[in-house]
Amino acid sequence: MIRLVRPYLTHPLVAVGGAVTLLWLVLALFAPLLAPFDPLKTILPLARPLTPAPGGGTLWLGTDMLGRDILSRLIYGARTVVLYSTLATLSAYAVGIALGLSAGYLRGRVDAALSFLANVVLSFPVLVLYIVIIVVIGASPLNIILAVVFSSAPAIFRIVRALTIDIATRDFVQVARTQGEGSLRIMLVDILPNATGPLAVDFCLRLGYTAITIGTLGFLGLGLPPPTPDWGTMVNEGKAMAIAFPHLVIFPCIAISSLMLGLSLLADGLKELSEAKGRGA
Amino acid sequence: MTTQTPSSDTAILTIDGLTVALPRGADRRHAVKGASLDLFPREILCVVGESGSGKSVLSAALMGAVPKGLAIESGRILLQGKDLALASERELTRIRGRDIAMIFQEPMSALNPALTVGEQIEEMFVLHTDLAAEARRARTRALVEAMHLPDPDRILASYPHELSGGQCQRVVIAMALALDPKVLIADEPTTALDVTTQAQVLKLIRELKDSHGHGILFITHDFGVVADIADRIAVMRGGEIVEIGTAQQVLTQPAHDYTRALIAAVPSLTPRAPRAARTAEPVLEISNLEHHYGRTKALNDISLTLRRGEVVSIVGESGSGKSTLAKAAIRLIDPTGGAISVSGTPFLALKGGALRQKRRLIQMVFQDPVGSLNPRRTVGEMIARAAILSGASRAEAIRRAEDLLDLVGLQKSAYHRRPAAFSGGQRQRVGIARALAMHPEVLIADESVSALDVSVQAQVLELLKSLQEKLNLGILFITHDLRVAAQISDEIVVMHKGRIVEKGPAEAVLLAPKDAYTRSLIDAAPGRGSI
Repeated sequence: MIRLVRPYLTHPLVAVGGAVTLLWLVLALFAPLLAPFDPLKTILPLARPLTPAPGGGTLWLGTDMLGRDILSRLIYGARTVVLYSTLATLSAYAVGIALGLSAGYLRGRVDAALSFLANVVLSFPVLVLYIVIIVVIGASPLNIILAVVFSSAPAIFRIVRALTIDIATRDFVQVARTQGEGSLRIMLVDILPNATGPLAVDFCLRLGYTAITIGTLGFLGLGLPPPTPDWGTMVNEGKAMAIAFPHLVIFPCIAISSLMLGLSLLADGLKELSEAKGRGA
Repeated sequence: MTTQTPSSDTAILTIDGLTVALPRGADRRHAVKGASLDLFPREILCVVGESGSGKSVLSAALMGAVPKGLAIESGRILLQGKDLALASERELTRIRGRDIAMIFQEPMSALNPALTVGEQIEEMFVLHTDLAAEARRARTRALVEAMHLPDPDRILASYPHELSGGQCQRVVIAMALALDPKVLIADEPTTALDVTTQAQVLKLIRELKDSHGHGILFITHDFGVVADIADRIAVMRGGEIVEIGTAQQVLTQPAHDYTRALIAAVPSLTPRAPRAARTAEPVLEISNLEHHYGRTKALNDISLTLRRGEVVSIVGESGSGKSTLAKAAIRLIDPTGGAISVSGTPFLALKGGALRQKRRLIQMVFQDPVGSLNPRRTVGEMIARAAILSGASRAEAIRRAEDLLDLVGLQKSAYHRRPAAFSGGQRQRVGIARALAMHPEVLIADESVSALDVSVQAQVLELLKSLQEKLNLGILFITHDLRVAAQISDEIVVMHKGRIVEKGPAEAVLLAPKDAYTRSLIDAAPGRGSI
């Protein structure tokens, strides 16, 4: 086990990217224990960073215009981002993998129809698609997930389809066919496990994009309804006073970028490792 | 074949105590260890070894292109007194092509698909000489003529994909010889070619040596080729040269045990002793099978019968249709016409669930031992799954998998390992066990031993033979190699361009071939008469 994990931990990109990602994950998971204040409680309006709080403690990153502690809101906001980006990305993957495997393995009409649909969806600019979907069906956690699935699944579909077409030509898949193995099992047991390398890389990247998307939706006022702490919404609310009180905007922006950066580094590192492994084999 | 000792000339290339280190954590410390040899003008020195023997690293070191991660630890490579191991990259660039040239295994990938053959050969003169355009073109044409290529003008204007594999390899040889190098390194130059083409290319290389006086270092795994072409032979194993001597010495009185074992493992062209009259019931009957790929007829009126307990070999070169035949027989493709019956079941008429159920009757062992096993599953899981698909219960399937591992000569502990933990020969044994787990009536072996080293090949052939006798299987053995077919077949079917040109008992086909194409195949088998 240690030998299996070791190359991942000693790879600099994976180590740094993983550490940043893990940090946000831990903050999200243990938010009630780690946040110094209640994220919804008014303490002192528009306090600058490092201001001592009236009831004791320090407002490390200051407060927003409603007097809520920004650090605590960022920590709680991590919950929203981590939870919804993960759920949304996983759902998009479930759909993309199911359709991609079917199209890539069965080919023919199934493939033609699914590929056509995917191309139609992919021809829209992603952000416009999100906005249209959210405006039409309304902003709620479920709808945000649906919007992400609808706009990401076609891209995942394409990757899975291409990988499937390649793997399906390998002899061991032919062997399974000559043994009378059913299509579903061939897709799930013989093809999918052999596609996990590239998919893991794409998953990390896509998780980052989804986090940004959720932030963008919040910034556009299409995010989760207030007062739920949400990074994008925080930037949106602070932008009017950003000149006078830059801390309102800077810290949420750093939060979003750091998570995105962490996931991208992780993806790059995994890619390098899997390529190195491919060469070694 | 000439067996004279090297002429009294001084060596043009001397390798002296060359040691190339492998990266830490490899299965041995050195890719090449203390290798020493001399190459004289006007001789072909064959370096023979199985995979992993270090022969390719040795040749790469000579070109100053040791693969990444490897490093020359000690030793000298002297080209007419100049040490290549110490030469700078700039000096090497000048030396490569002019003094020392290389021919690779894959002619198609050694040529640039975007340039015509003529442009590519001419490029050698542009890079290394000051010749005027007119002179360059004349030299290029002369080279192509010397390669005995038909219609030189058409060849020069062709792109690589418009030529056959053998023609491409001649072009590669022409490029290597363009600047009249003193040393030519040929790394498995005929391995990717069909036997009849191989025979022509080998003849060409021999002629070139006589006419130009190059020293040729010929790297190969094939003792048959060695017997055809070598003046001297160096045998490598595990990075060391274990034996070096004149061809006659090494082939007829090998001093090292390993050399003896290698020579003994080369399959002979003598057919297997005929067995009792074949009267068992047919398990596979193919009648008037046809298949078209677009307009090309890949299979044309193929009929043959395989009886229980019998081995029928299909022998042919690339493009003969033998693999298409195998794929049609196991229904990986649906042939366009004809009939196939497996144990009395009309196999081509089956569809959907009915086909899936009957598939167990006919199983295949694939060529590539790496590609035919799912890298993510354990060996035991794969074999047991096959047993379950043929109707066994879970407990029975596990027991059958364990028994089969034992039967194909693998340890019990193999059950829980993944394919990566096994060598090529062992993986092929796993593939055989997996096919047998379905209790098939017919086993198709599609080039099942061609990717294996010759010593391993002999073992796997022996295994197939013993299994066929023990289980009374019908085996359809597909191969390009007449020697291998001779070892195992009761009957041999020779295919050429989608047709059967000759079929009959093995001894009749091998010893008294009726068809001209069969005769040319037998004549082209490398090392005929010497091994």
